[in-house]
Amino acid sequence: MTTQPAGAHAIRIENLRKSFGAGAGAVSREPHYIIKDVNLTIKGGEFFILLGPSGCGKSTLLNMIAGFIGKTEGRIALGEQEIERPGRERAMVFQQADASLFPWLTVRENVEFGLRMKKVAKAERRAISDRYIALVGLAGHENKFPKELSGGMKQRVQLARVLANDPAILLMDEPFGALDAMTRRTMQKELIRIWRETKKTVIFVTHDIQEAILLGQRIGIMSVGPSSRITDLYDIPLAYPRDLSDPNVLDLLGTIESHFDE
Amino acid sequence: MSRGKRILQYGVLPWVAALIVWQLAAWASEPDFLPGPYLTLQGAIELSKDGSLFTYILYSFYRVFTGWLIGSLIAIPVGLAMGRIRFVRALAEPILNFVRFIPALAFVTLFMLWFGIGEQSKIILVMYGTIFTVIINTMTGVLAVEEDKIRSARSMGATERQIMRHVIVPATIPYIFTGVRLAMSTSYMAILGAEMMAANEGVGFLIWNARLYFKTDWIFVGVIALGLMGFATDRLLGFVGRKLLYRYGIVFTGSLTRKA
Repeated sequence: MTTQPAGAHAIRIENLRKSFGAGAGAVSREPHYIIKDVNLTIKGGEFFILLGPSGCGKSTLLNMIAGFIGKTEGRIALGEQEIERPGRERAMVFQQADASLFPWLTVRENVEFGLRMKKVAKAERRAISDRYIALVGLAGHENKFPKELSGGMKQRVQLARVLANDPAILLMDEPFGALDAMTRRTMQKELIRIWRETKKTVIFVTHDIQEAILLGQRIGIMSVGPSSRITDLYDIPLAYPRDLSDPNVLDLLGTIESHFDE
Repeated sequence: MSRGKRILQYGVLPWVAALIVWQLAAWASEPDFLPGPYLTLQGAIELSKDGSLFTYILYSFYRVFTGWLIGSLIAIPVGLAMGRIRFVRALAEPILNFVRFIPALAFVTLFMLWFGIGEQSKIILVMYGTIFTVIINTMTGVLAVEEDKIRSARSMGATERQIMRHVIVPATIPYIFTGVRLAMSTSYMAILGAEMMAANEGVGFLIWNARLYFKTDWIFVGVIALGLMGFATDRLLGFVGRKLLYRYGIVFTGSLTRKA
């Protein structure tokens, strides 16, 4: 894959709506929207956070960007291209590593999966998997099976597995939600390091305000569903690595938390 | 590990106990009504002299194995298709759920009529006994594959065909394995029925035929031979499963208790 100018990977979302059901059995004639009128542009190379309470539809939005589920109305475009199905340039890191990793494959084989599907020659596959396994800090664990790894390590495998396909955009659905606090903190730092090294666009879904502020360059806050939309956008112009003891971080934390107080 | 624990672990104890109970019961009864272990052993030696016991076992083995293998080879792709393609599932499931409650035994006469009294009808009967169990297990396995696995494969560029081969099949292997293992026991049931009703060889024939000579001990020989055959094939299957399919998460526990 050739490296493209950052602008090429902007994601533009216009008047996006998603409704489920509203079929024959629906009580009201008004369709039930999960997401209603979402407008958003995410720049290439940006670390963008979708923040919102559970059930607000942020995962649904992420799955629509991934192309896993279809939209009801509106547009989602990557560059000039309308998103209609999953694609190699958009990679998803799932919350549950156990559900998404292939337990019958070793760490290396998991990481090489996409390359094998693309019929990349073995030697090249090996070189690429070596590189990304090292990048996520799993060197020495190549021949282990996922069940032999801890939760944090499994998420590292997921990360290496998608990075090996050189996607432009990383879609991350609460990837550290199931980890213990200390592992989560380590993984957050690692993700920032990897993001800065690989210069990918990251769209990261979370309901954890601290995590949002520690990671994102920009935070989009989604309102409580149904019919949820992005109500506020925050720029976080702070340098990395960020620390929770930084007064600026605490300041923002207070501001954003007040959003959810009502 | 203490000696007592070791003996327990090898599972020798229940067999010794069973033999003792059997012997006690035999002493309390008539040899023609309930032959003891010793008489049964004598019967086995008697049947082994002309090699007939061995031949019978081989015949039954051959029928079970062939029917089970062909049945599984048909059932696995069908189960995969039913699990993956909603239309096929909608089409086949109602019929499947009807037919699978009809035991193979019910078809012995019909299969003889349709496929002759030779090996063919017996092998087809075993296939019948195998197919539904394997189809249902395979289909269940396909339906249990996590959506996230399929989605991640798809977003890594896998085609539908590649998803089938590299995600669905490997993820389903533990279910398929359970299916073929369960089907093995129904296969023995099917073959026994067929051999009792229409055969001149096989363990089922031995058991049925012994009645004519009032050789109760031969019946015991046949029954025990069946048990041993089933036990051996199950162990063999487990061994092969563990060796070849380890990475797919085959956990084969021969005993019901968990290993420490």
